[in-house]
Amino acid sequence: MKRRDFLKYTAPAAILPTVINGFSIKAFASSPMLTALSGAAADNDHVLVMIQLTGGNDGLNMVIPLDVYSKYQAARTNIAIPEGKVLRLDNYLKAGLHPSMKGIQELYNEGKVSIIQSVGYPSPNFSHFRATDIWLTGSDSNEVLTTGWGGRYLDTQFPGPPDSFPNTDNPDPLAIQIGSIVSPAFQGAEGTRGMAITSATDFYNLIDGVIDPVPATKAGKELEYIRTIARQTNSYEKRIKTAAAKITSQGQYPANNSLADQLKIVARLVAGGLKTRLYMVSTGGFDTHASQAEAGDTTKGGHAKLLEGVSAAIQAFMNDLKGLKASRRVVGMTFSEFGRRIKSNFSMGTDHGAAAPMIVFGDYVMQGVLGNSPALPDNSSVIDNIPMQYDFRSVYASILEQWFCVDQTQLNKILQKDYQRLPLISGVACGVITGLPDIITEEKIHITNSPNPFTNATTITYITGNGNTMIQIFDTMGRLVSVPVNKVHTAGTYTTTFDAEYLPNGIYYARFQNGSVQQVRPMLKVR
Amino acid sequence: MDRRQFLTLSPGRAKQTRNALARTASGMTPYTGSWGKLQLIHLLKRTTFGASPDHINAFSGMTMQQVVDALLTPQPDPAPPVNNYGVDDGGVAPGAVWVRAALGSEELERKRIGSYKAWWVGQMINQQAGIHEKMVLFWHNHFVTETTMVNDSRFIYQYNLTLRHHALGNFKALTKAVTLDPAMLVYLNGYLNSKGAADENYARELHELFTVGKGPDSRYTEDDVRATARVLTGFRVDRTNIVSTFNTTQHDLTNKAFSGFYGNKVISGQTGPDGAQELDELLKIIFLQPEVAKFICRKLYRFFVYYEIDQATEDNVITPLADIFRNSGYDITVVLRALLTSEHFFDPLNMACLIKSPADFCIGLLREFNVKFPADYPTQYEKWGAIHRVMALMLQNLGDPPLVAGWDAYYQEPSFHELWINTDTLPKRNQFSDGLIGNGINNLRIDPLAFADKMSDPGNPVTLVNDSLAVLYRIDVSDTLKTFLKDNILLAGQNTNAYWTNAWNRYKSTPSDMANTNDVIGHLQALYKYIMDLSEYQLS
Repeated sequence: MKRRDFLKYTAPAAILPTVINGFSIKAFASSPMLTALSGAAADNDHVLVMIQLTGGNDGLNMVIPLDVYSKYQAARTNIAIPEGKVLRLDNYLKAGLHPSMKGIQELYNEGKVSIIQSVGYPSPNFSHFRATDIWLTGSDSNEVLTTGWGGRYLDTQFPGPPDSFPNTDNPDPLAIQIGSIVSPAFQGAEGTRGMAITSATDFYNLIDGVIDPVPATKAGKELEYIRTIARQTNSYEKRIKTAAAKITSQGQYPANNSLADQLKIVARLVAGGLKTRLYMVSTGGFDTHASQAEAGDTTKGGHAKLLEGVSAAIQAFMNDLKGLKASRRVVGMTFSEFGRRIKSNFSMGTDHGAAAPMIVFGDYVMQGVLGNSPALPDNSSVIDNIPMQYDFRSVYASILEQWFCVDQTQLNKILQKDYQRLPLISGVACGVITGLPDIITEEKIHITNSPNPFTNATTITYITGNGNTMIQIFDTMGRLVSVPVNKVHTAGTYTTTFDAEYLPNGIYYARFQNGSVQQVRPMLKVR
Repeated sequence: MDRRQFLTLSPGRAKQTRNALARTASGMTPYTGSWGKLQLIHLLKRTTFGASPDHINAFSGMTMQQVVDALLTPQPDPAPPVNNYGVDDGGVAPGAVWVRAALGSEELERKRIGSYKAWWVGQMINQQAGIHEKMVLFWHNHFVTETTMVNDSRFIYQYNLTLRHHALGNFKALTKAVTLDPAMLVYLNGYLNSKGAADENYARELHELFTVGKGPDSRYTEDDVRATARVLTGFRVDRTNIVSTFNTTQHDLTNKAFSGFYGNKVISGQTGPDGAQELDELLKIIFLQPEVAKFICRKLYRFFVYYEIDQATEDNVITPLADIFRNSGYDITVVLRALLTSEHFFDPLNMACLIKSPADFCIGLLREFNVKFPADYPTQYEKWGAIHRVMALMLQNLGDPPLVAGWDAYYQEPSFHELWINTDTLPKRNQFSDGLIGNGINNLRIDPLAFADKMSDPGNPVTLVNDSLAVLYRIDVSDTLKTFLKDNILLAGQNTNAYWTNAWNRYKSTPSDMANTNDVIGHLQALYKYIMDLSEYQLS
């Protein structure tokens, strides 16, 4: 009997927290319910809420490595969070959370959060604008895409030109941006698939409050007239108003927190029955070049406030959804255009960096921390970046497959390549248990090299399972140096040589990937 | 609160009590206040379709008088429309002018009329910085004909030329020319008007819509209409020579007596070719009536300033303006100069209150962003025609107003210009601007880089937003909104101005860095899309 069948047939009626590979699997269902879910999988009512942290969030101070704490501390002496203040995660010792993120800690310990370490992409871009485009479109670093990844997903699910919506089958907006402009992420091949909730709705003032008052003049009279018509013209306005009207009381949200305000609207619309699949909300200020922490107490300061805002907003959102009996329809994720440099600067801030952790949350999300703490050098220099462990499109692929039940063919169409899938969401969500490899990642070393340090070349030894194996080599800027291995092996131990004769001295990272397993091995080239 | 407000405002908004609109007592005194970019753009937006950065710059060193003089300078006749439709049984080769060709079949005439409509849109788009083109539209709305009723492309083109020739000339001469215009003779049945049983169609509109109007003090009688009809008997159209003619045998030779409103004047019936001269007598009688000047001045006021005419405006603006018009012998340029250089015209309370007509919106947008059209005539006509259809969907079908009274937005109490905007047309306006700033409409698209490059300091996001708003908006917006546009739209949530500056400078130094250039384009597109989608952009 295959492992997945075993789970499917033996899951008891009650919630069964089991631990596989360090991740707890929540089975919400007895077999009949699983069957029902399987039937509903094709037309599920799942919702993804994307939370954009604009500016480039300092991931290293959000998820703090405890297993390499001394290296972390050495790299950021002026802003490092004291080891004792780091919030601990149940059954996970290698990393913890920033002390201001109690909300996320509690959600994690309730089994509703997955943290994915070092998410990035090869050859990262350090411009805010360009990097944001890459994240929203799902493009390669050197590729310009005119469509967004969410738009491409919606194109496959809801074919037909955008102006054929709304229609009888799909009366609701397919995607909603809380804010002023529709995110490029929702751009489909023939136009945008999303709508921005702005002046056309009663939410307008709540969202940004930016509407100039009408002066008592002729111009003011005409402006008010046009605005009135504008409010009436939104074809989705009635649906949105109807959905919003169904929810008359909501849970508590933190005050003076724009992200909380936005998520409160999302909760209201989701619980009010809107069939919208994708929501995008955003909060800014993460571009912390200076004074991100207070000199006297590094647990306080600008970055702490930002993280607290995010954490409290997400917790309030999940609590509200639970009270509204809609939490099982929602998965959320945070992302930022990039992380920040390993080493802090003298102005108590951090500069534009590369990979950073993502937080995925929801009732069906599998608790755990994917990947290892970032490989930090002993003596970090200002240009050192966190090497990627996971491609961000792997996260997208996993969510599309495990939450929106998108099949392999469409997945490749949406993301253009076959990206590694990660165990993020319980297979129960799509009525199948997937993505549970037999390889135990804990304690097992998959990739190593010798000699290390080396002068010209070093031999990489890797132990892999069935299926495709890929080894990528990155430099400290995150640039992809080479891909020495990318092929299907039978399970076993193999070697490959990394020839660095023509490369400068320094640290190189060898990243091993096989199924959902990955490991990063730092290699040092010396004279 | 009026009924419409009550019906359309949401309950929350309806509760707000609104102060009475601020009133202005400014009148026809020549304007001597500050003369800056604000006043210049106001003048340009009201007198031309849109105010392009190039025109603003070209005029910015000149005095108000110099600018107004330049704007009032009549333009020469444009090159006539050409065959863009292919096969022409009348022997007009593709690319050749059809305006003197023989009358075609109904189908061919529709094609030529399509060419005519596209051509007219082309004239609007390529207009010089002058009021001439807008006055052609004004007179088209005043002396209406409809192509679907005239059905003769040559007459229709002649009619357009008649409006052009007199647009900035003498109103009385224009009225005479229109009365004898073949298209008008067909449109209001003048060409059928014969002695014995006169057709009163044109005669009635001459009083009611074209000269004295139907204001409270306009008291022409049904007898006046009948007398007028008899004066105008005998005019015919010649479809071979494309002119109007006078058939002496169909002219009513009896005397025509007018009411006290027209001074009890009598036009004695003339025989032979002299019968046609009775028209001059008729216009002399009508133009003695002061209501003519008042009626036209009110119409000009509603077209160029604002639709609401309260007692103060009637006393301070319309009455003195009408005096000027009448004393000049109905010189259109004189009355326009007086209005456009008046305190009232530059009163801040009269700025930004004009809802753009579809022509103002579409043509203005294309001109302000200098949207490039292809140079070869078939594609050019195709694009112009597409713009014509867009305007028609927004309720302004150039060449075919809905009625002889013109577009209701120019006359219908109490809503007037607000009639342009409804739940159907407003989204169409947004789609038009969204399309042009985005993927394009019929391969026409805004080049946001070129527009931004015309601003004073495009690398500075604060200045860029301010400069862009100064060109595109007429209504003042708050600093909050400006900051919002900069931070949330142009900078997409980033809070460091330098990120924009760096991207812009990089584009200027290395435009071939397509990833960066595309980013700059994307951010500019978001900014201009947002600006054009806000209700403020509907105001001129």
